[in-house]
Amino acid sequence: MINITLLEINDLWVKIPDQKEYLLRNIDLRINDGEVHVLMGPNGSGKSTLLKTIMGIPPYEVVRGSIKFMGKDITKLKPYERAKMGIGLAFQSPPRIYVKANYIVELMTRKFRTQRIPYSRFGIQHLIERNLYEGFSGGEIKRMELYITLIQRPKLALLDEPDSGVDVDSLSIIAEGIKELIENRSAVLLVTHLGYILKFIGLEVVNRLHVMIDGTIVYSGNAEKALEIILSEGYDAFREGI
Amino acid sequence: MRLGREYKMNRRNKYEVDFRKYDYGEERINLVRSLPKEYLEKAKDIGVNIEEGDGAYFQIDHNIIYRKEVDRLKKEGVIIMSIKEALEKLKWVEGYYWKALRPEDEASVVAEKYRRNGYFIYIPPGVKLKRPIQTCLLISRQRLAQPVHNIIIVGDGAEATLITGCTALVEEALHIGVSEFYVGKDAKMTFIMIHNWSSKTHVRPRTGVIVEDGGIFVNYYINMRPGITLQMMPKVILHGGARAYLTSIIRSGGDALVDIGGRIVFVGNGSRGEIVTRSIIADRANVIMRGILEAKENVNAIGHLECRGLLLSDKAKATAIPQLESKSMLANLTHEAAIGRISDEELNYLMAKGFTEEEAVSIIVRGFLETGLELLPENVRLGVKIILDAISKGL
Repeated sequence: MINITLLEINDLWVKIPDQKEYLLRNIDLRINDGEVHVLMGPNGSGKSTLLKTIMGIPPYEVVRGSIKFMGKDITKLKPYERAKMGIGLAFQSPPRIYVKANYIVELMTRKFRTQRIPYSRFGIQHLIERNLYEGFSGGEIKRMELYITLIQRPKLALLDEPDSGVDVDSLSIIAEGIKELIENRSAVLLVTHLGYILKFIGLEVVNRLHVMIDGTIVYSGNAEKALEIILSEGYDAFREGI
Repeated sequence: MRLGREYKMNRRNKYEVDFRKYDYGEERINLVRSLPKEYLEKAKDIGVNIEEGDGAYFQIDHNIIYRKEVDRLKKEGVIIMSIKEALEKLKWVEGYYWKALRPEDEASVVAEKYRRNGYFIYIPPGVKLKRPIQTCLLISRQRLAQPVHNIIIVGDGAEATLITGCTALVEEALHIGVSEFYVGKDAKMTFIMIHNWSSKTHVRPRTGVIVEDGGIFVNYYINMRPGITLQMMPKVILHGGARAYLTSIIRSGGDALVDIGGRIVFVGNGSRGEIVTRSIIADRANVIMRGILEAKENVNAIGHLECRGLLLSDKAKATAIPQLESKSMLANLTHEAAIGRISDEELNYLMAKGFTEEEAVSIIVRGFLETGLELLPENVRLGVKIILDAISKGL
């Protein structure tokens, strides 16, 4: 099968307007159709910023470089235009929305013309009548957010720490959801802090692992090798260069 | 009723509208067999479906043009007629006239002085209506004053839903609606009022409600457009074990000044009441949300008050004035109030999920307005939802 480049980021420099410091520097990243990429790095290294920048969420400003999706420069597009093209972002900590969850689900199902996924598969049936994320537990937030991302049937799913702050039961449901994305040929860019979720998904599905430190990607390559170093030596090994 | 002394004593006229400059015309009754399609459509826009109710009343300006009770209900003694007719034909109605409230300000004094129809609805004890009674008060002439007086009596153990839609087809008008509700023992009245006013209309509803032991009064008010000034403060008196739920949903904009609230007086033991106001405030509008819960001596009651405002413009203004008054150590009265705006975080989230900024605002507003629907009978909920959708989309 021929791999088609889905996402192509070239020499990306990002900051918040009126601030001097760059949050992302010199980022190059290429994700092909159906590929699974994992992005790891210490807290505050810029992982979430990169995902939000790909989605086009303010206030991040691209100062230099470009983001192309399916060959089209999307650097200046609005988030909803990117969503319509097939990019979906599962937020790390989505805001509370004072709207019933099932109303949002219904509107999105209509917008993306997708089939309704049974709530029970994500264990969210008891949450659907409640305001979105109001009083949800950590695991409930992550399960609901992944469910919502799946409604989009994205060509590229950006998953921002879907495994942080969740219990083991939630973790296996989330892993199943991610596997479903992969089976549906969605490309995945998965941000994970400790890589715990990878044990559930299986390292064999990961095409590449990237390590980000201080706003720049310092390693891109084999996942197994990198994960071993991260878990044994921490990120310092990458600071010094490997 | 003599007005002279009372009128002088109670000249209070909030927001200084000159009531004298309007045309008060004459009271008339010209019934037609069926309503013109144009009017039926206008009524539908404000949630009134004249053809689908158990009864109906339609008034244009000062003129009653249509009323009906379905035959089945006529046999059971249900009455729908103009207040003028009721006071003339049924002597006992006088015993209910100005008894649930007094003409204490200029608007209600003017309403009494110039009274131009209004409806009288009587549901005999034990009669339970399946479908709502649909009423519509429409203003079709420029600078017209429409002072009406409505009386609704729900007998002991009876149940009814009343939908009233009020609108003006012209730019400038004055609407003063006096409404008295008498809810009998263990009776239930659900009153849904929908207003849609043009930009220079002044609106002064004056409402008094008495709920006898074990009765339930549900008031669901939606204002799609408030006119230029709107001021109302319905007062509900609750006897033993009676319950009241007052929900107000206000969409304001333009230069509107809205002063809205409700007052529940707990007179009987075991009474419970709740006042909920949700207001979205756009453009340069100014909205004051009031609420008063008042527990009388030694009354064991539970009351809750909630005022929430959502500002959509930096030139808009919202004020919340919740008030609790208790003379009883057995009463438990609480309130919460909040005024805020839509956060960028919420907007960005929804935009990332594929919604345009306009759609995202409308989704958040729609969610904000979704309250109290569970209190309404199932057969009217859809109609109310359609109105709420219309409000959220028209921002």
